[in-house]
Amino acid sequence: MKINWSKYSAPLAFYPLAGKMIPWFGTVAALTIAVGLYIGLLVAPTDFQQGEAYRIIFVHVPAAWMSMFLYVVMAGWAAVGLGLNARLSFMMTQAIAPTGAMFTFLALVTGAMWGKPTWGAWWVWDARLTSELILLFQYAGVMLLRTSIDDQRRADRASGVCALVGVVNIPIIYFSVQWWNTLHQGASVSMTAAPKMATIMLTGMLLMTFGFWMYSLAVILSRVRCVILERESLQLWSKPSSVAEAVEVR
Amino acid sequence: MTPRQKRFAAVGLGLLTLGGATALVLNAFQSNLVFFFTPTQVVNGEVPKGRSFRIGGMVEEGSLRREADGLTVHFVVTDTAQRVPVTYKGILPDLFKEGKGAVAQGQLGADGTFIASEVLAKHDENYMPPEAAEALAKAKAAGAQSSKTVIVQPQ
Repeated sequence: MKINWSKYSAPLAFYPLAGKMIPWFGTVAALTIAVGLYIGLLVAPTDFQQGEAYRIIFVHVPAAWMSMFLYVVMAGWAAVGLGLNARLSFMMTQAIAPTGAMFTFLALVTGAMWGKPTWGAWWVWDARLTSELILLFQYAGVMLLRTSIDDQRRADRASGVCALVGVVNIPIIYFSVQWWNTLHQGASVSMTAAPKMATIMLTGMLLMTFGFWMYSLAVILSRVRCVILERESLQLWSKPSSVAEAVEVR
Repeated sequence: MTPRQKRFAAVGLGLLTLGGATALVLNAFQSNLVFFFTPTQVVNGEVPKGRSFRIGGMVEEGSLRREADGLTVHFVVTDTAQRVPVTYKGILPDLFKEGKGAVAQGQLGADGTFIASEVLAKHDENYMPPEAAEALAKAKAAGAQSSKTVIVQPQ
């Protein structure tokens, strides 16, 4: 059977599809995060120099990865929206921003909680920490710019451009520990070298990352459904049959 | 080009220009973005004079000395090429150890001693259970032994 995928670029057609996917992603997220936390907090051994304090890695690193990944995805949707003038793309941009900001905040807070016992400081102005803080401001900027413009199309385009411009910060965050002297340690896991951590620790961390990823999908899809209802309300009002179709077919 | 392709091209070109501009700016700020200076830079006089800066490197093995008051400590920060003596009065972070990384903020005294007002520990990116670290240290010691014998043999 050939599925006509382009049909789902229409917000009202995407609405029920998103509704069907949410429980799956949600369940997988809950299971993976539970197993990941179990491995991270109970199974994984104590670290040879940091003791138990290192265990915050199981939240901190996945959160930091997601904060950068979600920004790239958000900017990607903005680019597609600007190029194709597609409403759903901008709705995705709008739906991703709060989750990305949440993960950035989580990465910063857990990092501070980790920094105090290991480095001896909650916060330092090194390149990695500063660029991650800028990322939080970028998410805030994208969200604020959208809400500050009343005209929906202009709000979409302005915040889309804002998101796209900010994408230059992502490689800066990622490579900051290589390019400059930072207090933050280098990458333990990279694409080019063998991981610099014990396998069981790595397993826990990757499971948590996958869990956060699934969580993001579930939350973003639910949020995009709200956005669709909000922004397509006029269309729903004019076509009562589509209301029934969209709202009842969950 | 269709209007759609034009829009995509504009987005791509914009990003490319922005990326290039950022690369140039970062390149220009290269020396200002470092969190700390290395002992070599300190010895070569490449550090800001008369104001506070940070120095980072390895705490030299066997250099940590505590004064009778229990708070004032002396140690040497090295990058294996140069060494800078540091004096600090205060509580050191838990992870501060000889042979490990540290970053100190303060000023360079007239005698070349670095007077620190804050000392931070810099840990590395390796995570492993203590047993694995022990095994690694043993293997390293064994390796050092064998390399010594290689040097000794020709005599």
